[in-house]
Amino acid sequence: MAIERTTYREALGSALADAMAADSSVLVVGEEVGRYGGAYGVTRGMLDRFGPERIVDTPISEPGIVGCGVGMAMAGLRPVVELMYIDFLALTMDQFGNQAAKIRYMFGGQIGVPMVLRTQGGTGRSGAAQHSQSLEAWCAHIPGLRVAAPATISDAYHLLRAAIEDPDPVLFAEHKGLYVSEGDLDRSRPDAPWGKAAVRRSGSDVTLVAHSKAVHTVLAAADALAGQGIEAEVIDLRTLNPLDEETVFESVRKTGRAAAVNEAPLSFGPGAEIAARISEACFDYLDDPVIRICGEDVPIPVAPDLERASVPDAERVVAAVCQLAQTRP
Amino acid sequence: MNAKATAAPAGELFALFAAMQRIRCFEERVSEMFVRGATAGSMLHLSIGEEAVAGICARMQPQDSFTTHHRGHGVHLARGADPKLMMAEIAGKAAGYCRGKGGSMHIASNAIGSLGANAIVGGGIPHSVGAAYAYRLRDAGRVSVAFFGDGALQQGLLYECMNMAALWKLPVLFACINNQYGMGTNIRDAAASSDFCGRASAFGLACAEAKGDDAGQTAAAAGELLEGARGGRPALLMLECYRFFGHARMDKSPYRDPAEEEEGRKRDPLAAAKRQLLEEGTAASKLDEVERETATEMDAALDFAAAAPDPQAGELWTDVYAPETIQPMPVGDRIRRALESEG
Repeated sequence: MAIERTTYREALGSALADAMAADSSVLVVGEEVGRYGGAYGVTRGMLDRFGPERIVDTPISEPGIVGCGVGMAMAGLRPVVELMYIDFLALTMDQFGNQAAKIRYMFGGQIGVPMVLRTQGGTGRSGAAQHSQSLEAWCAHIPGLRVAAPATISDAYHLLRAAIEDPDPVLFAEHKGLYVSEGDLDRSRPDAPWGKAAVRRSGSDVTLVAHSKAVHTVLAAADALAGQGIEAEVIDLRTLNPLDEETVFESVRKTGRAAAVNEAPLSFGPGAEIAARISEACFDYLDDPVIRICGEDVPIPVAPDLERASVPDAERVVAAVCQLAQTRP
Repeated sequence: MNAKATAAPAGELFALFAAMQRIRCFEERVSEMFVRGATAGSMLHLSIGEEAVAGICARMQPQDSFTTHHRGHGVHLARGADPKLMMAEIAGKAAGYCRGKGGSMHIASNAIGSLGANAIVGGGIPHSVGAAYAYRLRDAGRVSVAFFGDGALQQGLLYECMNMAALWKLPVLFACINNQYGMGTNIRDAAASSDFCGRASAFGLACAEAKGDDAGQTAAAAGELLEGARGGRPALLMLECYRFFGHARMDKSPYRDPAEEEEGRKRDPLAAAKRQLLEEGTAASKLDEVERETATEMDAALDFAAAAPDPQAGELWTDVYAPETIQPMPVGDRIRRALESEG
């Protein structure tokens, strides 16, 4: 199939439209998904194509919307529920974390909840403390939920298609800073299967593990590091659950050094989990401690300079990795 | 309104008496189980005094689904759940409806249209609303009934759900079993107004009140609302009853006045149905026979649960995710891997 030049936003919209065309049980439910076309424009044009029964504009009732999505999924539909900002997850955690996540288990496998909760997070638009967080670890901490966080145009499409086909509830965490990014999409070929990480850059000196927009931060840092003679291997996790630790371990066994990089606040975040798993499984291969280059343990401020300082940028990754590399005796 | 669908079928009260007798007897037996330490855990909420839910269940159609709150034994039995599998579940046995992983507060059964009992107050209500959306889209003629207690009347989620149900004209019935108490708090101390039908009608829902000691009237009221819901007019049914015993089996309800309890227990739907049947000429022996048969059935269920095997240890990790997908790694395996990899 032809390779298209497209954007992250359009790739997401194409994934939804293709899934809806292929399966009449798929529907989109959320605030402003219809007439408005989605707060970030992902569902633009879909109301005209699929009608109001399957592109469902809802009131501003996040717990109710997510709870209805759970019921729709229990009754045989495949709802893609849009939560406008990942920060609003806090409003819906009973329905997503206590209900969607547990229904298969506590009902003994009788009923599954094949729903996708599409949302977006991250910094970059001065959204301040309640419109900029990276809360995907909340869901990765709850057994029963899957978590995807696409960094590329290809993954925006293919991970969303896979999430819709997954028989269990999926938090699909997009990044607001990626919607206008451009790239190539081959709808017939995903970068990797669901649950497999992708090695975005090969290197022999240090393993950098990231997801979502931080993958691009890390790739930029890797280019700069190469100029200083440090070859970084960049791993894009793609999904936090399933977590493809084998691809990470394989890399660390080769490089002997690792850093986990993401926008979430450092404490108890995804970086902690990745560092712990590497330390447990690759202890003998490590030349240095695994470090975390993550968000500061602060709410996200609105002032652009402060906002930028609250999450890792390429410069900070370069500085931290140089320090790490220099610790080798 | 379809008169045929809402009129009481011949012999309905006798059938309701039998259904309510099964609920009462079931709850008495699980209460004994609890005392003997044979139930899994301490979370056991009995629906004695609330048996008129059988009236609502009697007017549901086989294709209808439902969700319940944590006090959902009665609804499940009245919708056809097998008491053996329920008791096994309450005992945490592998033969239970949820393979011993849900227990009393999470009975569920695809076979009878149960989308599950829920232990978060109001938590199951949107599942009925979402299911009703699915029915409107693809399975016209089905209704979903959300059963919940009066505690959920003070949850914001209920009103989000009522609004969406009315906005989208969904085939859903909100069935509130008002037993007067949210745990230890009387509804008078929890609700600023007791005009619950007023709350529902503010959203454009139909509403009716049913007397918890009159299963026949409950059935008639539910029948009308269910047919309205089937046609796209969602509704609230308030079943006014009294919780005969404590919040959970251990609770002796010291916060209630004994005189109030005595008065409350007079609102007994089972005794009322029996009285009415006898007055209408049903032979006492026929009612005795129902009581005997029910006792035999529930004793057998109790024996079944007692003899059923516990879940296998490996069940801990199953059904977290769909079986064909990537499964969770046991903590012990992780520790072993970490320590074995060490030089």
